[in-house]
Amino acid sequence: MGVTAVLLPHGVLVLDEVVPSGDGFLATVPAGGSLRIVDLEGNQAADTLFYDAHDLDNRYSAMDTVREQQQAYLTTGSQLLSTDLDVLATITADTVGRHDTVGGACSQESNVIRYGEQHRHQHACRETFLRWGAAAGIGARQLTANINFFMNVPLTSEGGLTFADGLSSPGAYVELRAERDIVVLISNCPQLNNPCNGWNPTPIQVLVWGPA
Amino acid sequence: MTGHDVPGGAAWSFRVRHGREMRFTTLANGANVSLLLFAADHPVDRLNVPDTLKAQMSARIHPPMVLMSDRGLALASVTGSSLDWHDALGGHSTERHVTRFGPSSYQQDRNDRRLSARTGLLSELRKHGRDRADLHASVNLFSKVALSGDGGLSYVEGHSVAGDWATLRAEVDLLLVMSTAPHPLATTWCPAAVRVEVTDAPADDASRLFRDESARALAQSALVWA
Ligand SMILES: [Zn+2]
Repeated sequence: MGVTAVLLPHGVLVLDEVVPSGDGFLATVPAGGSLRIVDLEGNQAADTLFYDAHDLDNRYSAMDTVREQQQAYLTTGSQLLSTDLDVLATITADTVGRHDTVGGACSQESNVIRYGEQHRHQHACRETFLRWGAAAGIGARQLTANINFFMNVPLTSEGGLTFADGLSSPGAYVELRAERDIVVLISNCPQLNNPCNGWNPTPIQVLVWGPA
Repeated sequence: MTGHDVPGGAAWSFRVRHGREMRFTTLANGANVSLLLFAADHPVDRLNVPDTLKAQMSARIHPPMVLMSDRGLALASVTGSSLDWHDALGGHSTERHVTRFGPSSYQQDRNDRRLSARTGLLSELRKHGRDRADLHASVNLFSKVALSGDGGLSYVEGHSVAGDWATLRAEVDLLLVMSTAPHPLATTWCPAAVRVEVTDAPADDASRLFRDESARALAQSALVWA
């Protein structure tokens, strides 16, 4: 894994928030500002979406991002592209080495499909996205394939996809620079049924700095 | 049976009732169909590629997988195909991909004007009262983007030839929106026509027996018609 932690200079710290599992986070990060997500206890999954703050339909696009960079995993240097192929943010530091953007977010409905009807009323990321996103005008039409920071979803040359133990560890973090004014929407994943968060969802910390 | 030949580089949209089967057949080499799927009875429910892939532990689309929606329904089953890999990671082309092949205008090129999948898909979406917010990750029938062990992606030239086919069985009433523009990673502008035929579908046991997850998605769709 290419692990790097060369930090760019930060501006003024404007937000420093611990987000418990099962809760969400919504903030606007101005162009040139920084966002850091810390996996406080390790092996957590932070399901994250980005939007152009001035045009919500110009939103993070996982498929455009992986195609243009011809790389399915995200790490330092990855540009997060929008549906209009604008760079919304760049990953500037990553102590984990790779993050998933193909596996999507859990939902009540996908929990039924993956684990059975008895899991329908467990908490899930899609509901967190809808609850926290509403204040920014983000509804079901605005939810598409997200980034799963700290999550390990290996893809194989045979075309397989698996969920594996996380590569993350306590205190691991990822840092991004906003390349335009962006809205950040996070669900700290409450999934109990697979190893994406070590069977034990835990808090994350989110920090936002203004432009340096 | 009803059918339509969609020229290469064009876009089209159509509705299909549940229980019907769509057969896509390429009429030339190197075809691509960037396909968006919506549940016709619902204002926002649509294809969810990540849910489709993770529930069936796959990074590609192949028979007898089920294409799943945000609402946790099986929208369509991939009942058969001459190919075992249809791309679901590459998205669809935008004008930036098309202008790589030089300027193109109606004035100069008439109906051979080069338009991206995005332009065509948006035109069709707007005919149904939908717009940019309704775009989502497409399935690219007849295209392959190969994976390497380190997550690298590489477009496979010549993955499909004339006569390749794929059949989808509609599991709920569907709105399909498609473009036959070349894949965004294609290195030449090589639009190929695709025939779409809709017929009554045979029973779909293969998808039902494929995985527990596929069967549960089909069961959720069956409840819509209970
Ligand atoms: Zn989740």
